[in-house]
Amino acid sequence: METRATRVGLWAWAVLIFAFLWIPIAVMALYAFNSSNIQSWPIPGFSTKWFSQAWNDEEVRDALWLSFRAGLLATLVALALGSLAAFGLARTRFFGRDAVSFIFVLPIALPGIITGLALNSFFVLWGVSFSLWTIVVGHATFCVVVVYNNVLARLRRTSGSFFEASADLGATGFQTFRYVTFPVVRTAIVAGALLAFALSWDEIVVTYFTAGAQNTLPLLIFGFIRQGQNLPIVNAIALVVIVVSVIPVALAQRLTSDPGVGRG
Amino acid sequence: MEGPAAAGPLRAVSRFTWRRPRLVTLGQVSAPVAAFLLVYVAALIALLIQSLWTSDAFTGKVIHSWTLDNFREIADDPYPTIIRRTIAIAAAVTVTCMLLAFPYAYFLVRIASRRLRIALLVATVLPLWVSYLVRVYSWRLLLNPDGAINWWLNKLGLPDQNIAYTNWAMWLVFTYIWFPFMVLPVYAALERVPYSYIEASADLGAKGWTTLRRVILPLAVPGLAAGSIFTFSLTLGDYIAPSLVGGPGSSLIGTVVFENLGLANNLPFAAAFATIPLAIMAVYLALMKRLGAFESL
Repeated sequence: METRATRVGLWAWAVLIFAFLWIPIAVMALYAFNSSNIQSWPIPGFSTKWFSQAWNDEEVRDALWLSFRAGLLATLVALALGSLAAFGLARTRFFGRDAVSFIFVLPIALPGIITGLALNSFFVLWGVSFSLWTIVVGHATFCVVVVYNNVLARLRRTSGSFFEASADLGATGFQTFRYVTFPVVRTAIVAGALLAFALSWDEIVVTYFTAGAQNTLPLLIFGFIRQGQNLPIVNAIALVVIVVSVIPVALAQRLTSDPGVGRG
Repeated sequence: MEGPAAAGPLRAVSRFTWRRPRLVTLGQVSAPVAAFLLVYVAALIALLIQSLWTSDAFTGKVIHSWTLDNFREIADDPYPTIIRRTIAIAAAVTVTCMLLAFPYAYFLVRIASRRLRIALLVATVLPLWVSYLVRVYSWRLLLNPDGAINWWLNKLGLPDQNIAYTNWAMWLVFTYIWFPFMVLPVYAALERVPYSYIEASADLGAKGWTTLRRVILPLAVPGLAAGSIFTFSLTLGDYIAPSLVGGPGSSLIGTVVFENLGLANNLPFAAAFATIPLAIMAVYLALMKRLGAFESL
């Protein structure tokens, strides 16, 4: 029952918010194709030279490769731990269940700086030197919850009678898993993995504390920006970072819109 | 249809586990729980322990003797100013996000068509998946004196803005990056307001504003409180935005932690300082819980 003026006002507000959200990203994307190495608006012309320069830069390639490996390994760890936890907690109630699920959510509930510094203290305390693996541990802490949430949501939406029917028909637990449970959660697991990779791929707050002297792609960009170096290359890499994280998210979105079976 | 009947041992195992669901749960949960306890929770404890140690001022080597000096040092200049500044900016960002998000969420729930609503929700959430670092950096390009904002301001006949590398820039950038976290819970809260409440309010003679103030807004409070947990907490722990868009007087709690780990190489003090956002958040969460924030998460 909004008045006409209110409706017009709200439309205008929504348009402004949309512009606020997307113009910075659009401008950033345009700068990646800047033909000049001076960062001023408007850009004088278009060029893709910064992409090839970035690709041919040894440092950039090393960082790209490190980010990629860290993302893949963190995703694998998250897949194993996150889906196990979801299977374990989906249909049971036991004392301490809430505390257990709280532990998994903690890494995204606490500011990243606390997770990062805590892991840093932990590694220093045990004399663990920083490596690919310390980055993977850091990323896995907050990637687990993504897989966990996705699989848990899917299992909750799936009626328990499917598993009982399978057992009634004489299937062993393994057969039920192979022919009933796994097909139901398959897409949720893949979606969780895609999101976990997207999270790990461009993470910086925790990574800074667990990488030591290594550079992941975001850490490399952060260093370049702070020193005011290689800014044209930074723009190009930034666009690549955006694209590589948005594609898996879009795929995951499509997979999770696939509903569970036998809702009820 | 599916394979042969299971062999004897498998069936026996199956029967055994079917009767003991708790054992299965234990088997499934123990690995992830152990991993989190041994690494994550242990790391949080390590953080607390480090904060009670001290570091040699010259070598930066951590000295393993118990002391509360790090916590005492927090009361020395310039740290109280930094803590106050951080809380003030976090509060300003939270309020701004609320003001921006409420009409927007209202539009999504009440005005937008179904298709537009879904499209805009995706457009609101997607930036959260665009690298946070890149989004902060994009504002550096925009706010640059030669950047797009000044170019447009000049086109409109307005003077240049000069907020790059100031606290204003941090306020703007934090608002930008945490905004989606505010929209979602507010949207969820507004969506749950039954239309009949609004009709009833109108039937009872309330004008639009009165309905908004006395019916819709109170029902949106839990959503606003839930959103504020994110905007507040994330600002308290951030060090990227101050270092990229802030200026010399823009150190936040996160900056102090970041610099003590890097430049100053004083891990114990960084650890002690990192407990401040934890303490502030504990108080903040208790307050928000009273406003019903947790039912809206």
